[in-house]
Amino acid sequence: MSVTDIVFILTAIVTVGSAVVVVVSRSLIYSVFSLLFTFFGVAVLYVFLGADFLAGAQVLIYVGGILVLLLFGVMLTHRLYNLNLTTERFQPIAGTLIAAAVFASISLAAFKTKWKLVGERELEPTTQQIGEAFLSSYLLPFEIASVLLLVALIGAAMLVRRRTDV
Amino acid sequence: MEYLREVLTQQVAGYDQLPEVLQIFLPMLLACLLCLGLVALVPLVAIWGERKVSAHMQDRLGPMRVGGWHGWAQTIADGVKLLLKEDIIPAQADRLLFKLAPLVVFAGGFAAFVVLPFGERFIVSDLNIGVLYIAAISSLGVVGIIMAGWASNNKYALFGGMRAAAQIVSYEIPTVLAILTVVIPVGSLSMQEIVKAQSGGVFNWFIFEPVTFLAFWVVFLGTLAEVNRTPFDIPEAESELVAGYHTEYSGMRFAFFFLAEYANMFLVSALATTLFLGGWHGPGFLPGPVWFILKAVALVFVQMWLRWTLPRLRVDQLMHVSWKVLLPISFILVLAAGTLALWREGAP
Repeated sequence: MSVTDIVFILTAIVTVGSAVVVVVSRSLIYSVFSLLFTFFGVAVLYVFLGADFLAGAQVLIYVGGILVLLLFGVMLTHRLYNLNLTTERFQPIAGTLIAAAVFASISLAAFKTKWKLVGERELEPTTQQIGEAFLSSYLLPFEIASVLLLVALIGAAMLVRRRTDV
Repeated sequence: MEYLREVLTQQVAGYDQLPEVLQIFLPMLLACLLCLGLVALVPLVAIWGERKVSAHMQDRLGPMRVGGWHGWAQTIADGVKLLLKEDIIPAQADRLLFKLAPLVVFAGGFAAFVVLPFGERFIVSDLNIGVLYIAAISSLGVVGIIMAGWASNNKYALFGGMRAAAQIVSYEIPTVLAILTVVIPVGSLSMQEIVKAQSGGVFNWFIFEPVTFLAFWVVFLGTLAEVNRTPFDIPEAESELVAGYHTEYSGMRFAFFFLAEYANMFLVSALATTLFLGGWHGPGFLPGPVWFILKAVALVFVQMWLRWTLPRLRVDQLMHVSWKVLLPISFILVLAAGTLALWREGAP
């Protein structure tokens, strides 16, 4: 087992472990804080795949933006501890079946697919490639995404504006 | 790190006979220890410096006794005192998060030191995405501060944590946009490439170019706000919030916040040095790392100077400065930098 394997296994344990905590934790605040480790673990996995820019963006957006927003949201809710998160209808049998089916299909896909394996390579700068792709072949999706975000921004500003007509 | 391994291979007899794992691992460990030493040493000097600067600005002497010469050992004495103090955790606090928060804040500052280019070969890791890495990893500090504010179970701490988060997230946007004005002409996010683009005399530094000159001030103000220094120190405004997010902390855990604050001051100054002040470039009579540290320390001095000169902004003024003043300026700067780059390339 090489050093890379050990680091990968450690990262995988942290990522999956913290993701499990997110789901099963009885306290909302612990769920959010363990998301921190999940996000970081995913960023490290991106580095393993040679996507360094994506890893940086992952941490910047998910930890610096989304996690902070989630924390703000969680702190404004009551009953942070011993939260009993269940829906009104509880169907253990159907739920187990569906979960098992999803698990089986994902594992089948993971083991049956002939993955194209490449050996270990030096980290190449991907930033320029991503930038060129965004501004040439993927210009339309890029623009649509930015218009969508602009709409969301205007909507948020609209919701919190001071009402002058009341 | 490659350089460190090279040196070890040449200087230490039989280093290349060690197992491959150790050959890779030892330089990493050494680099980490060097960084850790720096993160511990910088605040030690900076805290003493701050007390001296503030004292002289207020016509006092500051610490004069410990260690003899101008009380240079005062911070060491204070550090030892903090280590020996009782570790108090409030009864109603969330113990796990309360203990974790100082570590998260400190780790964020420490991890960013990895990409600081102290010299041509003195950099732990010259990542391709160096600038992005610093912007990303510093968000760990925000999470740590919110964690501290929430876990303390104290209204002042919670307010301080919330204010800090709002402030850091707001000021991050103009800062990163202003940093882009440097990235555009260089065409790389790597810290070393940015320093190399400024070689060849003082007037090639980015601070002497029209667009990046303005960007420097945006970055300086933005990073000043991100490290919660006066005039942007409302997260720890003494007159309203006792001490903000670290109200309930004492002893060594408080020292960690304090260390992180001063390490972050140095970090943002070093970032501004890399981006605008030519990094380790300088007249040849001093080696590169010395120039780098001198420039960064000069910026740290300006931060202290401002702290003891200016009053504190109000919350609404703070948000006004970020969203209505700095953000439009930085948008215009990015546009100008892009146009300038196109014009220099001779594109239509």
